Amino acid sequence: MAADREQVYIAGVAESPLGKVADHTELSMVALAAREALGEAGMTLKDVDGLFVNYMGEEGSVQVGEYLGIQPAYADSTDIGGASFEAFVNHAFAAISSGRCEVALIAYASRQRSRRGRPRQMGTDNYTLTGQFEGPYGLVMPISHYALLAARRMHEFGITPEQMAEVAVTARNWAKLNPKSWIRDPLTIADVLASPMMCTPYRKLDCCLITDGGGAVVVTSKARARDAAKRAIRVLGTGESHTHWHASQIRDMTASPGAAAAQAAFGMAGIGPDDVDVLEPYDNFTGAVLQHLEDLGFCKRGEGGAFVEGGRLGPGGALPSMTMGGGLSYCHPGALGILLIIEAVRQLRHEAGARQVKDARIGVAHGIGGVIHSSSSTVVLARE
Amino acid sequence: MSDKTPEARAEPFGDPLSAPFWAAAERRELVAQRCEACGRYQFYPRPFCLSCNGDRMAWATVKGTGTIYSQSVVHLAAIPGFEPPYTVAVVALDEGPHLTTNIIGGASAIGDRVRLAWRPREGMPPLPVFEKEEKR
Ligand SMILES: [Zn+2]
Repeated sequence: MAADREQVYIAGVAESPLGKVADHTELSMVALAAREALGEAGMTLKDVDGLFVNYMGEEGSVQVGEYLGIQPAYADSTDIGGASFEAFVNHAFAAISSGRCEVALIAYASRQRSRRGRPRQMGTDNYTLTGQFEGPYGLVMPISHYALLAARRMHEFGITPEQMAEVAVTARNWAKLNPKSWIRDPLTIADVLASPMMCTPYRKLDCCLITDGGGAVVVTSKARARDAAKRAIRVLGTGESHTHWHASQIRDMTASPGAAAAQAAFGMAGIGPDDVDVLEPYDNFTGAVLQHLEDLGFCKRGEGGAFVEGGRLGPGGALPSMTMGGGLSYCHPGALGILLIIEAVRQLRHEAGARQVKDARIGVAHGIGGVIHSSSSTVVLARE
Repeated sequence: MSDKTPEARAEPFGDPLSAPFWAAAERRELVAQRCEACGRYQFYPRPFCLSCNGDRMAWATVKGTGTIYSQSVVHLAAIPGFEPPYTVAVVALDEGPHLTTNIIGGASAIGDRVRLAWRPREGMPPLPVFEKEEKR
């Protein structure tokens, strides 16, 4: 049994406004989510002494700290892309268990849909390595980058477009059960395969949404988690890693930093993939989910395509995954990682309504970041 | 780096480490760093060898032949100067390094043998791209 100090909990979670947000800024969205998540934890902004944010300005925690009136004892604006948020749970665990802070607030919001701010070209500064060696080739960020990974996966393992499309259909089947999903219309594999080609092998419906959204997560000590208004969920294991920035620096495009992150998280938790009741994988592209399933050990390398067939990840399937509808159908505000944690916690609290996975006890959130799967991070959570 | 030829001091992009690469590109020669101690090629350039920690890095001309490691045909008109469809790729050079690049001159597939070609650029050194080997 871990010492009390090494028992760390998620005591509150909340989404910011989602979808198309006209009446807020990113900062006010973060403020609303933070207040709601802290309310679940039985706390207010005044209790926060650790602040963890990414993408919220040049000096993220400084700017969000000012807006929220927080003067943290522990600040972290680590940027490993969309995977930052699972990594923040890892960092918050270390900070809390070593006594550096006691109430960690992780927060994020984006209005990338409303502001149409997402750049498509990278490496426009010729001084940089990206500008010299990648920018001049017309890569469309990040679709063509992830398409390179999927194309290699198809070549090595015989993965089919139908298998990747099944991931999009699965996400949609969950989204139908979530009133907050951006899109809830029926979707078939044929629909995905008939959608416009973007960057081979990816078609429009293999790619995630572009929406506004965000959220907040409160991580705290066992002692402070006792105040929570809702059931606190134990953080059993965490891990993170990154391997490359440029496409040319990837030696093996069917491997990823996710294997190291997952191994660290499961190792710390002392459990394995067979123990997982609900999975929240970062589904920015359909093919990425196959990589995650292999990295997390749910199937062998190269078998992710066959694994997802027949609705195995869908409602009623053996491994319920993307249960809020995922980045493919629910919400993808530029960085999805924080929403994966929020959904995993709700599933483990048994408050997910029509999409609730029965008796869920162990949940995993698995994030990725970078324009070409540079980084990964894994959080293993438990209902006690 | 020991390379002190005059052209190596020209820095078209303000990057002193990559200057010899672009100077060679002006001559339509593709070069990569090669460690004199362990023989490994290293791309892009660093001040020493990441494999063996060796200091003596020389620029070696590579054959300009390789295999398509992965590729994607872009059907989006999202990047100025690129008219779809066009092919972005990672090519594995026979000497070892991978390069992000374009495949020009028609349809291609992962595993195809390719050879070096050069794309001229206004006011900048030409850019290494690749074409299928059997095409001339
Ligand atoms: Zn060496």
